[in-house]
Amino acid sequence: MKRSLLHEFTKGFIEENATFRMVIGMCPTLAVTTSVKNGFWMGVAVIFVLTFSNVFVSLLRKMIPDQIRIPIFVILIATPVVIVELLMRAYLPAMYEILGVFVPLIVVNCIIIARAEAFAYKESVLRSFLDGLGIGAGFTCNLMIIGGIREFLGTGQIALGSFVFPSVKLFEPLVVMLTPPGGFMTLGLLMAILNIAVARSAQKKAH
Amino acid sequence: MGEKLIVTPSPHIKSPRTVKGVMLGVVISLLPACVGAVVLFGMNALLILITSVVSAVVAEALWQRATKQEITVGDFSAVITGLLLAMTLPPGVPLYVPAVGSVFAIVIAKQIFGGLGSNFVNPALAGRAFVLAAWPMSVAGAWLNPLTHDAVSSPTPLAVLKGGGTNIPGLWDLLIGNRTGSLGETSIILLLLGGLFLLVTKIIDWRTPVGFLGTLFVGTWIFGKPGALFQGDGLSAILLGGAVLGAFFMATDYVTSPVTPKGRLIFGIGAGLVTLLIRLWGGYPEGVTYGILFMNLMTPIIDRFVVPKYYGYEHDARARKSAEGKR
Repeated sequence: MKRSLLHEFTKGFIEENATFRMVIGMCPTLAVTTSVKNGFWMGVAVIFVLTFSNVFVSLLRKMIPDQIRIPIFVILIATPVVIVELLMRAYLPAMYEILGVFVPLIVVNCIIIARAEAFAYKESVLRSFLDGLGIGAGFTCNLMIIGGIREFLGTGQIALGSFVFPSVKLFEPLVVMLTPPGGFMTLGLLMAILNIAVARSAQKKAH
Repeated sequence: MGEKLIVTPSPHIKSPRTVKGVMLGVVISLLPACVGAVVLFGMNALLILITSVVSAVVAEALWQRATKQEITVGDFSAVITGLLLAMTLPPGVPLYVPAVGSVFAIVIAKQIFGGLGSNFVNPALAGRAFVLAAWPMSVAGAWLNPLTHDAVSSPTPLAVLKGGGTNIPGLWDLLIGNRTGSLGETSIILLLLGGLFLLVTKIIDWRTPVGFLGTLFVGTWIFGKPGALFQGDGLSAILLGGAVLGAFFMATDYVTSPVTPKGRLIFGIGAGLVTLLIRLWGGYPEGVTYGILFMNLMTPIIDRFVVPKYYGYEHDARARKSAEGKR
């Protein structure tokens, strides 16, 4: 039985959530999520690369010999990564400065090679495209949620362009939330909450 | 933890001692130092102590209620966590610091891992490490002068010592606590009084504090003075900072330290060593918190490798070999 096309897109948010359910792509998740904005742009870069690589892996899946598929995947992934890197350098130099080495590092991001190997290599182009989009969008949401929590607690405010909320700081910011320990704590607690929620809904379904 | 299961090496003799009794003993042993803190640092100290204890107890009760567990605040363990956390804070911190620290200690460090008996690090120290990392400026710079209660801008004696200075208070001032420092760490006499009580009632094992303070003393004596060996001021090293407080009241936490006597000695020495490393060559002036937290993480490994001999087993390889030869 084939799953519906819509499901290929939506599964990336909860069911096959890259960060919280599959626990892959941890490096950018922890490293760049100090604000909503950083999380968003990192996510956009990943969506682009993931969709691009999924589509091309799927297109070429019948030509790629099984024995050397991994090197070919890497080339298919490296291409969009270079495109993203050059685009960011040209149009978002400030953001490139912040994300730094984590943009080229997308090439070794587990999410992308995992989707190529486990999904795009076996599925049709349309499904691979939707899968890339959905997993990427789910990943972007995760980065923005983690970034939002860390930015709010770590600086006292959330800045989206010129819009700053709340306009006055309500408490003394907790600097620790902007450091790696803060990232680990946020990630762990969110993962626990999502696991509890998923377990509860599964229990309800069973009844 | 009303269970009848006691996790120690044999012999398994049951004693009338209960969790509540032990915890009450620790609270009693902390009281002199707490009173001393209030005398030395005034109302500020009292408010910090109260805020910290109340937040710890309320956090524990609310969490246990929210997760539908038996509410166990009556066993005094949350009170101890609150007291210990407050005692490690400088007397001039804003009151949200002990409040947030206590909630973090109880909810994140203790309850999430399963509550009393299941936490892998000392909750009070985890709370302190968190607030220190969260508000480094207001936590590490809020010292008060004892008795006059004026804000102090000069560094604590420990920071002076680290900077290579020698202008530290005399021995008597160190013993009664007439120096800048955290709430409960300054009055050595009162802390020792509490520690002695715990030792006499056999609530704690002497090996951990002796290992800890001994290592710190000897290590500082050998390496304390830059450029010269065996000339460091070992005595000041154990009297300054939180070494005594940590050695008697925090490193001896049942849950997060080894269960065997030998393991406890190793734990104490290890904590002393990490403290020594941080104090002499690290970035912070004080390392007791991280020394104990680090050894908390080592505790499962120590317990795994320091296994006491079973009664009736042969002690030595030679004896075993000859026995096998006869067979």
